[in-house]
Amino acid sequence: MLIEILIFSLLLGVFVGLSAGYVGSIMVLEKMALVGDALSHVALPGLALGLLFNFNPFLGAFAFLFGSAVVIWQLGRTTKLSFETIVGTIFTLALAIGILLVPEPDLLEALFGDITTISLVDTIIALIISIVVISLTRTIYKKTILSLISEELAISQGVKVGRINLLYLLLVSLVVAIGIKFTGTLLVGFLVVTPAAAAKTISSNMSRYFTLSAVFGAVSSFSGILLSSYLNTILYFGGWPPLPELDLVTSFLKVTALQSIPPGPLVVLIGVVIFLITIVIRRVTKFSAV
Amino acid sequence: MGGQSDYLLKVSNVSVELANQTILDNVSFKLKRGTTLAIVGPNGAGKTTLFRVLLNLVPHTGKIVWSDHVKIGYVPQILSVKDIPISVKEFLSIRSSSNLESSLNSVGLDSRSIMNKSLSVLSGGQLRRVLIAWAIIDKPNVLLFDEPTSGVDVGGEEAIYQMLKRLTRENEIALLLITHDIHIIREYSDYMLVLNKCVTFFGESKEITNPDTQKLIFGEPVCLEREPDYG
Repeated sequence: MLIEILIFSLLLGVFVGLSAGYVGSIMVLEKMALVGDALSHVALPGLALGLLFNFNPFLGAFAFLFGSAVVIWQLGRTTKLSFETIVGTIFTLALAIGILLVPEPDLLEALFGDITTISLVDTIIALIISIVVISLTRTIYKKTILSLISEELAISQGVKVGRINLLYLLLVSLVVAIGIKFTGTLLVGFLVVTPAAAAKTISSNMSRYFTLSAVFGAVSSFSGILLSSYLNTILYFGGWPPLPELDLVTSFLKVTALQSIPPGPLVVLIGVVIFLITIVIRRVTKFSAV
Repeated sequence: MGGQSDYLLKVSNVSVELANQTILDNVSFKLKRGTTLAIVGPNGAGKTTLFRVLLNLVPHTGKIVWSDHVKIGYVPQILSVKDIPISVKEFLSIRSSSNLESSLNSVGLDSRSIMNKSLSVLSGGQLRRVLIAWAIIDKPNVLLFDEPTSGVDVGGEEAIYQMLKRLTRENEIALLLITHDIHIIREYSDYMLVLNKCVTFFGESKEITNPDTQKLIFGEPVCLEREPDYG
């Protein structure tokens, strides 16, 4: 049972990391990195309602993210304010409401994530959502990039910039909603920002950029979850136990269940290390976008 | 519709108002096939808005009739490529999956050496040529260029206009061109339309050297009362 949880967690982490990195690469180009971060906090009231009324918190989080994305898109169209400005004005409100609503025992889990409750169903949902998000992002990323180069040029090519922005916000909402499961609402924004930032540091073309963003996202998630389990084992035993006395796998998982060190912060730390490595690579190789 | 008439485009009484301000006032003109028409006027005269209207990007009143099956190539004045990791090949392939090499070669770029370069490292002149390659990739009948040499040095500017002249002559492409440069208007366009919200002058481009015409362009605007016509 426990080994299943670890496998489900790792798989879910890889799926979410791949899709968050992929979708986040557009966000970094749009200079909307803070939007991804802020948008994630909007999920908190939805999570709270799920916890309070005993329905799947993922659905509550997604409903709030989806609703917020539509409101942000509509406000952006009518007020001509930037997405960052609009998100900045509503995310603190959402955070405040969420903190008031979330039952205290669940607050830490909602903010920083928990992998002990991840099930086969969660993993399958994550797989489906990842496939949908990556496929749909593939259909819009060229159009989005063209609109970033010149909105006029994009519109003259028949690109519906408004609709694409709405679809994009919805894709981000989906990824953020499933990412919350293991990184929590405070840290999930990382997944759509830092892997893409690292990829952009060493990319001169789109295909490399999008691929590296997805790979860095997956590596960060996978390593963070694994490291969390490993460190919890050491904490539990007060050091690395002698191998013959330890049924390694079982112990790993028992202590993972204790959640001494949640995976979210470790995912972030590993992602930042990858980012720093790309900066060093760029400096050492005198990388230029040839 | 225009059918196979001499004219590729007929614009009749087009006006644009944005936020209660008149941007274009009752603009009418025609564009002959295979000719170059320069749109001239001071800043804020509505030149770029006129292009946006022709591309149906802004709401307007009046009538715009393109000839049947017209293909339009458009290059805007302002582009943001500095911060975007995209190669020349990837950029061009957004528009078309074929003719990439031939359109790069026809604007004087070596397709083999430039294809995998990032747009962000190109010089101003190279970038403009890539954009022209973008515009001609599906063999258009008309090109709309909003200051096609902004950000290019003087030598490069001349080379780009010569290349444009050759391309338009060889392929019988009509060219609508926004520019401020009197030399360019005289050397590289057949007709000019002076715009200051309304049309204040329309005629052959060699008229640009006439002091009376220059007064019309750079002095107080006096709107034409009749629709301008060729000769």
